Amino acid sequence: MSPRIAYIAANTFREAVRDRVLYNLIAFAVLMSGAAILVGQISIDIERLVVVNLGLTAVSLFGVVIAIFIGIGLVSKEIDKRTLYTVLSRPVRRWEFIVGKFLGLAGTLAVNTVCMAIGVFAALLYVSNRFQRSDGWVLVALYFIVLQFLIITALALLFSSFSSPLLSAVFAFSLFIIGSFSEDLRGFAAISHGVTRWVATLAAYLVPNLSALNVIAPVAHQQPVAGQLIAFNTAYALVYTGMALCGAVLIFERRNLK
Amino acid sequence: MRYSHKVTLAASGLLIVCMAASMVCVHQVERMRAGATLEEVLYISSPKMLKRMSLGYSGLLADIYWTRAVQYFGDKHRRGGSNYKLLAPLLEITTTLDPQLIVAYEFGANFLAPRPPNGAGLPQKAIDLVQSGIRSNPQEWRLYYQLGFIRYMEENDYAGAADAFARGSTLPDAHPWLKLLAAQMAQHAGAWDTARMLWVTTFTTTKDAAIRANAAAHLRALQSDRDVMALQVFVDQYQNDTGHLPRGLSDLVSAGMLRGVPVDPLGHPYKIGSTGQVEVQSPDDLPFIQKGTPPGYAPPQRPKILPSD
Repeated sequence: MSPRIAYIAANTFREAVRDRVLYNLIAFAVLMSGAAILVGQISIDIERLVVVNLGLTAVSLFGVVIAIFIGIGLVSKEIDKRTLYTVLSRPVRRWEFIVGKFLGLAGTLAVNTVCMAIGVFAALLYVSNRFQRSDGWVLVALYFIVLQFLIITALALLFSSFSSPLLSAVFAFSLFIIGSFSEDLRGFAAISHGVTRWVATLAAYLVPNLSALNVIAPVAHQQPVAGQLIAFNTAYALVYTGMALCGAVLIFERRNLK
Repeated sequence: MRYSHKVTLAASGLLIVCMAASMVCVHQVERMRAGATLEEVLYISSPKMLKRMSLGYSGLLADIYWTRAVQYFGDKHRRGGSNYKLLAPLLEITTTLDPQLIVAYEFGANFLAPRPPNGAGLPQKAIDLVQSGIRSNPQEWRLYYQLGFIRYMEENDYAGAADAFARGSTLPDAHPWLKLLAAQMAQHAGAWDTARMLWVTTFTTTKDAAIRANAAAHLRALQSDRDVMALQVFVDQYQNDTGHLPRGLSDLVSAGMLRGVPVDPLGHPYKIGSTGQVEVQSPDDLPFIQKGTPPGYAPPQRPKILPSD
């Protein structure tokens, strides 16, 4: 990685921290400790399940919100503040700027996820008194969530490269929701005929397959995740992220910034 | 910018007063609208729709609905209610959102099946719930146990209970007592051969001494019941032929009906009671027998299980 990309990434991370993005960890800590202590008193026999379900869902949703709301401003904010011109007047290529921004936000989300993961495991230890071997699958679910963040961040950046922040947020959220239904979309394509089938199939492959990256429910039930699924999900997330980043770079390279 | 301590103090004080006042208001509103926090209505009643709307986070939503079902049942039960109209839909939503949530099937069925005031009095709904659980978790022996339990306790369906226990007992990690229960149910249902087969299987496969002794006791009871029924036929036939009751089983031997005086599985000879009923010598030593007990016999509260070996 070129030092310019690393510098932009580090700066993006610093900026996110300065924007108090990591404050969400406080809300997360309150949520987890509250759930761990209270659920045992108001429900029956689901303390561990709630800690895993609530913990991983919160990690995922908090991260998606951060990815979208920070991601959509990564380019437009620099243009509005005119800091982009300062950056690009230096020997920094436009694609390096995009990739650096992406890596900076992805790093922020990764750090955020690690902190939350510590909270999830602390709550698990509190309700179960000891760790079990199957708790290791929670790490896989967290890894899939990080892959999900990579995709969402790249998409937010893609929309941010050509659209206003508001529209970018709408597009990114819409794709997040549609991506959660990707399996249904493929099912719909399979039972359709003619042109509808082609359009539905194309749409099913174009939208991010986020449903496959959500293994929270099985992991909460201590079910293992297949090694092949880990490998293919990793490959898919990297390829899809690369695709979205390429799109962002292509658009940003041709964008008239005057 | 001027920094005023007076404004800070005033604003802080006002903030605290407003917060306290809002809490009082909420408390008053809650009193006026008792039960409003858990209305008798499901805003979205379709489990499938809810699953779609959960965007893949259905596990957490299932936990929330399960907690709601527990709260709903607990609140109604505490107040002595008899109408649990939301309980079955809440449990259906919970288990559709998370089909692996075994606790919802287990406890949910226990909420649904018993008659009020102990439950909702909806045994068929409970059976439907557990059967849907079995479809989603066919390897979960606890659900078969629950199904058999409801069939036995709420419907007196011995054959159905025996079937559920027997199916559950074949699963890996199934509790050894399932076999015992299956055999016991089959015995009650009159399916003697099935009961004997299950008890023999239990006897020969278990390593637990208590379960083995229990199986042996049930096998002895099965054998004794069958002997008593067969001997009763001879006694009745003797009475028809001679016009009087035999004084003892030796009379049947003398009449050529039996080759010798038969003994029960513990080696004690059977006897004929004053009313002509065939009886065992010591019914307390043969727990679980259905036949051959003297009139008015009350079995001990705790069955006397003899060692099997």
